[in-house]
Amino acid sequence: MSDVFIAFQANEDSRPIVDAIIADNPEAKVVYSPGLVKIDAPNRLVINRETIEEEIGRDYDLQEIHLNLVTLSGHIDEDDDQLSLSWDH
Amino acid sequence: MDATVKRKKMGLKQRYQTMTRGLDWTTSYQDMDKVFPYDKYEGIKVHNWDEWEDPFRLTMEAYWKYQGEKEKKLYAVIDAFAQNNGQLGISDARYVNALKLFIQGVTPLEYCAHRGFAHVGRHFTGVGARVAAQMQSIDELRHYQTETHALSHYNKYFNGMHESNYWYDRVWYLSVPKSFFEDAMSGGPFEFLVAISFSFEYVLTNLLFVPFMSGAAHNGDMSTVTFGFSAQSDESRHMTLGIECIKFLLEQDSANAPIVQRWIDKWFWRGYRLLTLVAMMQDYMLPKRVMSWKEAWEMYAESNGSALFKDLARYGIREPKGWQDACEGKDHISHQAWNTFYTYNAAAAFHTWVPNEEEMQWLSEKYPQSFDQYYRPRLDHYDKQHKQGQRFYNKTLPMLCQVCQIPMLFTEPNDPTSICYRESDYADDKYHFCSDHCKEIFDHEPEKYVQAWLPVHQIYQGNCFPEGTDPTVEGFDPLAAVMEYYRINVGSDNFDFADSEDRRNFTEWQAGEEPQVSP
Repeated sequence: MSDVFIAFQANEDSRPIVDAIIADNPEAKVVYSPGLVKIDAPNRLVINRETIEEEIGRDYDLQEIHLNLVTLSGHIDEDDDQLSLSWDH
Repeated sequence: MDATVKRKKMGLKQRYQTMTRGLDWTTSYQDMDKVFPYDKYEGIKVHNWDEWEDPFRLTMEAYWKYQGEKEKKLYAVIDAFAQNNGQLGISDARYVNALKLFIQGVTPLEYCAHRGFAHVGRHFTGVGARVAAQMQSIDELRHYQTETHALSHYNKYFNGMHESNYWYDRVWYLSVPKSFFEDAMSGGPFEFLVAISFSFEYVLTNLLFVPFMSGAAHNGDMSTVTFGFSAQSDESRHMTLGIECIKFLLEQDSANAPIVQRWIDKWFWRGYRLLTLVAMMQDYMLPKRVMSWKEAWEMYAESNGSALFKDLARYGIREPKGWQDACEGKDHISHQAWNTFYTYNAAAAFHTWVPNEEEMQWLSEKYPQSFDQYYRPRLDHYDKQHKQGQRFYNKTLPMLCQVCQIPMLFTEPNDPTSICYRESDYADDKYHFCSDHCKEIFDHEPEKYVQAWLPVHQIYQGNCFPEGTDPTVEGFDPLAAVMEYYRINVGSDNFDFADSEDRRNFTEWQAGEEPQVSP
């Protein structure tokens, strides 16, 4: 089992996304470094549109994460409701 | 009053299909192989291009929308930085030397990437891959422009940035990034993708941008943080292209695996060697440090890379050949590279220095197995010499590796006290290498690498003097002639930071003098 990760610029746009990730991925670990917030999770990590919408109180297009995304690892699968990162091994 | 009929919106997957498929046609006046002459000769077999998937499923419409937003955010910060004399708020003027290295050696690579992706986007027959390459080509042009705009503000106040494009094509250490990218661009389109999208963007790029930008944030450089993260937000898309292209090639035909493996071996090592410059920047050029090169290597290369290669094992792909040697090098390469630039600082367009005591302490804590034993005594010696008014500048020229073009500064694996030399004979000439892996790259494609434009050879052949120079006149100073040809302003662009105009100016500005924009 290996970690996947995703990192965002540390700003107000990213805060609800990070909160949504923590809510939906109990095993995720958040690490802050200057300007950057990185989330590691064992094998798989999901980002749900609905959870973010609950956090921000408005409609959210998952592709908005491109604005503050810094880096990621793992295989990506994305549709309108969910973005997931995973390893296959 | 509009009675709009609301049509059902297409889902993301359907939208992507609609916007990226069926845009092509089979040519009839000309043979397809004549229109797309490069997509077969490398031996890669593709049976069905429609299996190419872009997992982000970004359509051109969404692409322009988000890129436009990113630009607005970025330029607001760049303006604010300039209007508020942001350059005065950085930790220390030494920091600017990291930016000099960036504009000299990294920004031009963005432009090469722009050209490279435009080229391969034209030459693939699959539409999905063409759309992805087109977006990346535009991204890379954006990076070149935004980095140039952001750093142009520093160019008004600091030396070592005024001729960066000119330097890129001529100055000795910049042949390292230049030859790296030109090697990739002169390969076939599939090799280019494995080289740049996979080996560089996916496996190594985090080591370039993330520590650089966190370092900028830590050192008070708001504008660099912002252009860096703005660029990096595109990188995650590029990294995804990298891993998708590898999976696609490996799934199309099992005969592709050995070809791809050889490219991974080659380009991992080429990229790793290139990142020596970043290692040095991270450990020595940031007055406030974020993490050591070794820590960054462990976080982004070792743990992430091992997950990746475990994942690719099912296709018969193993970790790159140079992997173990690269991991072993994490204790050494930054110190060895800094030593080289310190001693060759008469010929480099940025400043170097001996770290202060607190910084030496940090290096010693971060590198318990190597710093105190191998590298600190040398720095202490240089410091003593400098204080006695005898700052050491090496005036001879180093031997370069024929492949990575880095001076022979690296040591043998597992023996940091002997320089690593390898050589091969080809067509009556002898060629020299820094490592087994650079030698192996040469031995596989000697006809390509015998053409390398090696700066040291070019200087010795008299090709790097101003036009009309007569090297036979009495008292001829070859190094001075090379500096003139390079357009490096001797005394302001080069030499030790302690003796620099940058340091004097910054100290005065800190004391409240008005900064003067240089003409």
